[in-house]
Amino acid sequence: MQSHKLSIRRRVYIGCMRALMWAAGGLTCALVLFLIVYILAKGLPNLSWQLLSTQPSYLEDTVGILPDILNTVYVVLCTLVIVLPVGVGAAVYLTEYASNKKLVAVIEYAAEILSGIPSIIYGFVGMMIFCVFFQMRTSLLAGSLTLVIMNLPTIMRTTQESLKTVPQSYREGAFGLGAGKWRVIRTVVLPGCVDGVITGCILSVGRIVGETAALLYTAGFAHVIHGFFDGLGTSGATLTVALYVYAKEFGEFEVAFAIASILLLLTLVINLTATLVGHYFKRRREQ
Amino acid sequence: MPVLWRQTKGDGGERRLFRAAALPLRKVMLMSHNKQGVERVVQGVFLMLGLVTVACVLLITLFMVLSGLPAIGKIGLTDFLLGKEWAPTSAEPSYGILPFILTSIYGTAGAVLLGVPVGFLTAVYLAKAAPRRVRTVMEAAVSLLAGIPSVVYGLVGMLVLVPAIRRVFDVPDGSSLLAAIIVLAIMILPSIIKVSMTALEAVPREYEDASLALGATPTETYFRVSVPAARSGIAAAVVLGVGRAIGEAMAVVMVSGNVANMPSLFQSVRFLTAAVSSEMSYAADGLQREALFSIALVLFLFIMLINGALNFFLKRSKEG
Repeated sequence: MQSHKLSIRRRVYIGCMRALMWAAGGLTCALVLFLIVYILAKGLPNLSWQLLSTQPSYLEDTVGILPDILNTVYVVLCTLVIVLPVGVGAAVYLTEYASNKKLVAVIEYAAEILSGIPSIIYGFVGMMIFCVFFQMRTSLLAGSLTLVIMNLPTIMRTTQESLKTVPQSYREGAFGLGAGKWRVIRTVVLPGCVDGVITGCILSVGRIVGETAALLYTAGFAHVIHGFFDGLGTSGATLTVALYVYAKEFGEFEVAFAIASILLLLTLVINLTATLVGHYFKRRREQ
Repeated sequence: MPVLWRQTKGDGGERRLFRAAALPLRKVMLMSHNKQGVERVVQGVFLMLGLVTVACVLLITLFMVLSGLPAIGKIGLTDFLLGKEWAPTSAEPSYGILPFILTSIYGTAGAVLLGVPVGFLTAVYLAKAAPRRVRTVMEAAVSLLAGIPSVVYGLVGMLVLVPAIRRVFDVPDGSSLLAAIIVLAIMILPSIIKVSMTALEAVPREYEDASLALGATPTETYFRVSVPAARSGIAAAVVLGVGRAIGEAMAVVMVSGNVANMPSLFQSVRFLTAAVSSEMSYAADGLQREALFSIALVLFLFIMLINGALNFFLKRSKEG
């Protein structure tokens, strides 16, 4: 192919770098494969209908994770219901209203700081503010409010990004027809950023489902079945917290791995949904 | 002049939007005074929502500082930060958190040392060299790695890594700094890979073309042209990894043994994050609890420092 041969030094360098790249990529791949196979192999055999559909009973000495599943759903719902209006509203303010560049910079910087704070700090602050100061005690509501602060930057960022893609001519057209600012936002701008909101929701759900440290001391670790509104007022473990408690405090690794395999499958589903939704919106936009 | 009523395929939605915006035209003109009031209220509401983030940051900062300072005042700054013994429940309690600080620093450094080369090389491979199909599959794999909850890493670490370390290195307890380092290295991999990939993909095509045209092979081009051009972004990836590692709590609590020793590779240790979380549930009111607040403050300051560095690198990489 080449008329002159590469020098030995160059060939060694290229060979080494290629080998290192391959090794690193292979290692990453092997790691993921190992995790998937190991967790599913240890977890799936322990999944049973009884585990999924009952609550733990000390009398019969059985373990069930239905309350934990319900708690996870409650926390996800409650957090999204609160964070969506706030996050979308903040994004709308930043892209549609704010004229003061400094204020925009301050708000965006605050969002960056929030997304960099680790969850253990959120858990700690959430416990002191919501559980102690506002006297909510350890409850799913306190946990959800903590997660609201955590997920605010995510929703803001995705919404903002998709707001920026709404063509300026749409707004001008609507203004030209005599609509006020609020009407333009309601009828033209917000419908145009649905994709950003949905993407943000999926990302947030993933984060909430995987969160432990922020919930351990705000939402607590009880395993009792409640309805949605009762549940918000009482302490309860989500799946991840339950995994931690079963593995660390009780040493019940079968249950822990069963929960781990559920979490792994959930992560897969959430990632897949995010990809599919992303493709769908991209295609729709290109049309 | 934008053409508003173009007859294209996606036109139906547009037209509906404008009709929705335009219908009340007459009404608007009639009630313009009333309307202005509404507009002002709406703008106020959006402003408030925008300021929620700022309020949260201020609240968290204020709260961390106010609750963290009293104990530091009582213990003394040097005794607190440089004291080598953490024994809050003994007859003569001492509140030195140097072991936690050093463990967090060593643990993070170790994780970066292991995780960054692997993550960086993987990113170069995926961004530049990998065939498209391999790339799609591996990107999904990396996303999965990023999405797996930290407790699951902790669980696998507890049952695979800890016994393995005990057997291989013949130590009495495998729960050690080394186990935590390995788990952290795996956990920061996805952030490093993703951020580095974004930076590498942003390198202008012309740079690489020029290098290839001058006779460099593709591999040489990746490492001698693309990587230096993306260095700010890659630095940001490393700093992001540092932030992730220093802030991780659950997985570290599960594999590090959680004993307040000075850090040593094969001994049980306790990280700053673990120190905050593990005594929280039973610390009685009083100095022990207040000292936990101070540990949280120290952790918070570390994170703020790292965030500052991260923003610096991200800004530089955006400016190119």
